[in-house]
Amino acid sequence: MSIFPVPNGWVRAPHGAERMWVGLALAWCLVLSAAMPYWHFRGRQTSAGEAYDVNPSDFEKRVAQFVAAGQVGDRNGLPIVEVPPGGHGYLIGKNWQWYPALKLKKGVEYKLHVSSGDYQHGFSLQPVNVNFHVLPGYDHVLTVTPTESGEFKIICNEFCGAGHHAMTGLIVVEE
Amino acid sequence: MGNFITERMRVCATTGLTVDLDAQRFIKLNAVFGVVSLLIGAIAAYLLALTRWEAVALLDPIDYYKYISLHGLNMLIFWILFMEMAILYFCASTLLNSRNFSRALGYGQFGLMLIGWATVNFSVLSGRASVMMTSYVPLKAEQEFYLGMLLFAVGALLGVINFFGGVYIARRDRTYKGSMPLVVFGALAAAIIAVFTIVHGAIALIPAWLWSLGALEKAPDPGWYRLIWWGLGHASQQINVCAHVAVWYLLATLTVGAKPINQTVCRVAFVLYIMFINLASAHHLLVDPGVGAPWKMWNTSYALYLAVMASMIHGFTVPASIEVAQRKKGIGGLFGWLTKAPWKDPGFSAMFLSLLIFGFGGGITGVTLGTHQINIIAHNTLRIPGHFHMTVAGGTALAFMGLAYYVVPLIFQREYPLRALARVQPYIFGGGIVIMAVGMTLAGSMGVPRRHPDIDFTGARIAVDMGGATPFLAMLGIGGLIAATGAVIFAALTAYAAFFGKSNKGRAMTSWQTPEQDRMTKNLLTTAWNPAEGKLKTTGTVVLTLIFLASFVVYYFANWKALADVWYVK
Ligand code: HEM
Ligand SMILES: [Cu+2]
Ligand SMILES: [Cu+2]
Repeated sequence: MSIFPVPNGWVRAPHGAERMWVGLALAWCLVLSAAMPYWHFRGRQTSAGEAYDVNPSDFEKRVAQFVAAGQVGDRNGLPIVEVPPGGHGYLIGKNWQWYPALKLKKGVEYKLHVSSGDYQHGFSLQPVNVNFHVLPGYDHVLTVTPTESGEFKIICNEFCGAGHHAMTGLIVVEE
Repeated sequence: MGNFITERMRVCATTGLTVDLDAQRFIKLNAVFGVVSLLIGAIAAYLLALTRWEAVALLDPIDYYKYISLHGLNMLIFWILFMEMAILYFCASTLLNSRNFSRALGYGQFGLMLIGWATVNFSVLSGRASVMMTSYVPLKAEQEFYLGMLLFAVGALLGVINFFGGVYIARRDRTYKGSMPLVVFGALAAAIIAVFTIVHGAIALIPAWLWSLGALEKAPDPGWYRLIWWGLGHASQQINVCAHVAVWYLLATLTVGAKPINQTVCRVAFVLYIMFINLASAHHLLVDPGVGAPWKMWNTSYALYLAVMASMIHGFTVPASIEVAQRKKGIGGLFGWLTKAPWKDPGFSAMFLSLLIFGFGGGITGVTLGTHQINIIAHNTLRIPGHFHMTVAGGTALAFMGLAYYVVPLIFQREYPLRALARVQPYIFGGGIVIMAVGMTLAGSMGVPRRHPDIDFTGARIAVDMGGATPFLAMLGIGGLIAATGAVIFAALTAYAAFFGKSNKGRAMTSWQTPEQDRMTKNLLTTAWNPAEGKLKTTGTVVLTLIFLASFVVYYFANWKALADVWYVK
C-alpha cells in the first residue's frame, strides 16, 4: 500500500516482468543517448551554438555595411541583399522585422550571422520549419546550405513585444 | 505513536487515519486558492483557444499577450503550486500519523504566496506585465511583477521547510514504524527538487527585479537568464512529475486498493528524478547561441534520459500495482483489470487518464522534442504547447483534479453535488486536452509558432501564408473549448462542495463506487496480502507498456526522418 509505512526489509531487486521492463527502459534510454552524437557526426543538421559577443549597435552597423555592399533589389521597401557564395550574410531582428531580405543559391554553404537589436526573437524559416533562438548581444552564426530553391519566409516565434505577431522576413533561394 | 495535541486532531471516519487540524486548515486554504487560480486560468484559456482558432480570432494581439501571460502563470505556477503545498501538508501529517510542524511557517507560507499571487495577478491584469510567465529579459515588466513572483517563491520555500520539519518530527517522535509510505517518499523527492528550483528562481528574478526598479543599469544577460530561468522552469516540472506520480500511487491505493509490487523499484525511480534533473534546463536551450553542441547533448542525455527512465518505470509500476490488486479480487483476463475498473469513480478515471495522457502523449513528444537536433524542427512552434499540455494539464492537473474528488470529502468533510457531472468531468477535461494538444502538435509540425495570435500576419511587410494549418487550429480551438469547460466544471463543483456541500462529519464519505467495488477495495486495504505472489500476473501491464514502447520508437524515428529532409544547418 503506497499510503502506509512499509516494514523494514523492503529492499530487494526487481523480478520477472518488472525486471524486464527496467532493462528495456534502460536500453531504450541508451539508444536515445547514442542517437544525438551519431547525428552530430553523420547527419546534416545540428545546432552548434556558434556565437560571438557583439554590441547590438555594432551589429546594426555591420548589417548596414552588408546591405550597402550587396543590395540587389527591394521587396515592399525591404532591401534584398545577395550573400556572396560561401560568404557571410547578416540578419537582424529589430522593431518587429527581420532585416534585410537575403538572396542565396541552392546547394551553396553560407555563414549567416543572426542577432537582435532589441529583444529575444525566434528565427523560424518557413515552410522549411527550421528554428533557432536569437538573443541581443549574441552574434549567432548559422552555417546553412539551402537544399531547395524558391521563396522562404522568416517569422518570429519568440514573444518579443507588441509587434511580435507581424514580425516577418524573406530569404530567396535561386537554382 | 502519534504526537498530536489532542484538541487539534481528529480521526477520519472513512479511512481511520489521523488528521491534524492545523494541517487540515492549511490544506483547505491552499486548495481553495489553487482552484481559484485554475478558474482564472481556465477563463483565460477560453480566450486563448478562441483566438488561436483563427476562424474566430477573438482577441487582438495586445490582449492575447496579456491573457497568455495570465493563463501560463495561473495554471502552471499558481494552481499547481498551491495544490502541491496542500499535498505536502497532507503527506507530512496524515500519512505519517503526525502533527503539522509549525503553525507560524504555515501562515508564512500561505500568506506570502497569497500576497505574491495577488500582486502578480494585479500586475498582469492591469497590463503592466505582458511578458509571459518566462519574462525573458530584456523584455521588462513593472517591478511589482518580479517582486510578486519572488514573494510567491519564498512562500513556497517556507512550505517546503515546514514539510521537512514535519518529516523530521515524525521520525523523532516515532509516529510510524518502518520506512515512510511511498507517497510521502515521492513528496519528499518533490520537496528536495523544489529547493533547487526556488534557488534558481531567485538567482534569475532578483537581478531582473533590481533592473526593473532601476537599481541595476544593465539587464541581466539574456542567455544567462534563460539558463538560470529554466533551472526554475524545468526543475519545477520535475516537482510536478514527482507530485503527480505520488498522487497516482495515492489514488490507485484509495480507488482499487493497489499495492506496488516492489517498493525498491518505485523509490529508486524517485531518487533518479532528484539526481538527474538539475541540468535539464539544457533542453530549452537546444537551439540557443553561446552553448555548444557537446554541452547540449550531454545535458539532454545524461540529465534527461535517466529521469525519462524513472518515468517509464513508474509508467509500469503504477498500472502493475493496479493489475495485481484487481487480480487479487478475482478479476481475470488480459485486460479485465482495466475493463472492470471503477471508471465511474472520478478519482480513478482522472488518475488513469492522467497516466495515459502523460505517458503516451506528453512523455513521447517530450523526449522527441527534447532531442538536441530534432529540436531544430520544433523549437517554439505550437508543438511545444502541444507537448506540455499533455504533461502538465492532461498529466499533472488532471491527477490533481482526481485527488480533489477525495480531498474535499475527506478533508473538507463535504460531499460533491451533481455527482453524475463530476463522474464525467475527467473525461471532458482529458478528452479536450488531447484534442487540443493533437491540433497544436499538427499545426506546429507545419511551422505554426507558439505565443502568436495571428497567423495571417496582419500588417507584416512580407506576407506569410500558413493557411494549411487551418483545420488543425480549428481542432485546437474546439478541443480547447472542451478542456476549458472541463476545468470550469471541476472548479465550480469543487468550490461549491468545499463551501456548501452536504457535510459528512462523523461518518464515512459517500463512495464514488458501487457497493461491490467498494467492499472489495476496502477488503484489500484492510487485509495483508503480497502483490508479488506468483499467481498475480502483470501480463496486461506488459502488453500496455510494450505498445507504449513501440509507439515511442515509431514517433521518435519518424522525427529523425523529418529532420533529415530539411536544409543543412549547423
Ligand atoms: C483548461 C484548458 C486549457 C486550454 C484550453 C489551454 C489552452 C492554451 C492555449 C491556447 C495556449 C496558448 C498557446 C500559444 O499561443 O502559444 C496555452 C498556453 C499555455 N498553457 Fe494552457 N490550456 C489549458 C490548460 C492548461 C493547464 C491546466 C496548464 C498547466 C497546468 C496550462 C499551461 C499552459 C502554459 C504554461 C502555457 C504557455 C504560456 C506561455 O507560452 O507563456 N494550460 N494554453
Ligand atoms: Cu521577434
Ligand atoms: Cu517575436
